[in-house]
Amino acid sequence: MATVTIAGHTIDRNDEGFFEDPDQWNQEVATEVAKEEGIEELTPKHWQVIEFMRKEYFEKGTGPTVRMLGKTSGVTVKELYQLFPKGPAKVAAKVAGIPKPRGCI
Amino acid sequence: MSDAIEKVSIIISKGSLEGIYPGLIMANGARAEGIEANLFFTFFGLDAIHKKRMEHIKVATVGNPGMHMATLVGGLPGMSAIATHMMNKKMEDFDIPSIPEFMELISDTGAGMYACLASVDLFGMTESDFIDELDGIITVGDFYEIAAGGQILFT
Repeated sequence: MATVTIAGHTIDRNDEGFFEDPDQWNQEVATEVAKEEGIEELTPKHWQVIEFMRKEYFEKGTGPTVRMLGKTSGVTVKELYQLFPKGPAKVAAKVAGIPKPRGCI
Repeated sequence: MSDAIEKVSIIISKGSLEGIYPGLIMANGARAEGIEANLFFTFFGLDAIHKKRMEHIKVATVGNPGMHMATLVGGLPGMSAIATHMMNKKMEDFDIPSIPEFMELISDTGAGMYACLASVDLFGMTESDFIDELDGIITVGDFYEIAAGGQILFT
């Protein structure tokens, strides 16, 4: 675990860069984390996915997989890969400040 | 991270449920991790992308030690259908998609899906036999070109 300062906020992150405490998250921090992941600008579609992931995490205790995102977030799997080319569930979870989603499908 | 896997090509050569699913799960999992993935269907693996056959993929109950049943029992009429039904039920409980849905999902993730030309010819199949998601019927040589620079998995 490492404590880092992102956009002036103190964030605890694990070795892979996922947040230890989702409550340390805010939109400014998300924008910076997205840049680290190669996403220069978060569009309204990105935010739709990010907010959906946080909602799911707080309701269910884990972030959704790509398949579930495609079925329930209102953003198709194709679009998800355009928004987050390096793996939608994983990268979106990182930007959304929630732990890495588990699951093989 | 210099040894991170950036690209995989997965060859599916068997037409049984247990021969097809692992390859699909590996390909989908690769894309979920942001790894480039291509699927190459050859020999009986073609059934996985065959419009009419893909919905009737069965578990092999004969010659499959994983079934933990005597070969004679496994060979009884209907045994494969029963085992397949049970396996499908179990997979549904774990939210694993059916083969047709899985193919659509994998295609949407941007993975490439190719059929082996030699096998397609051998079985007398044509492009119209296959799902629309298929990216092409290609030679083994073409496949190696697509796979260049990545890992190749044979299932």
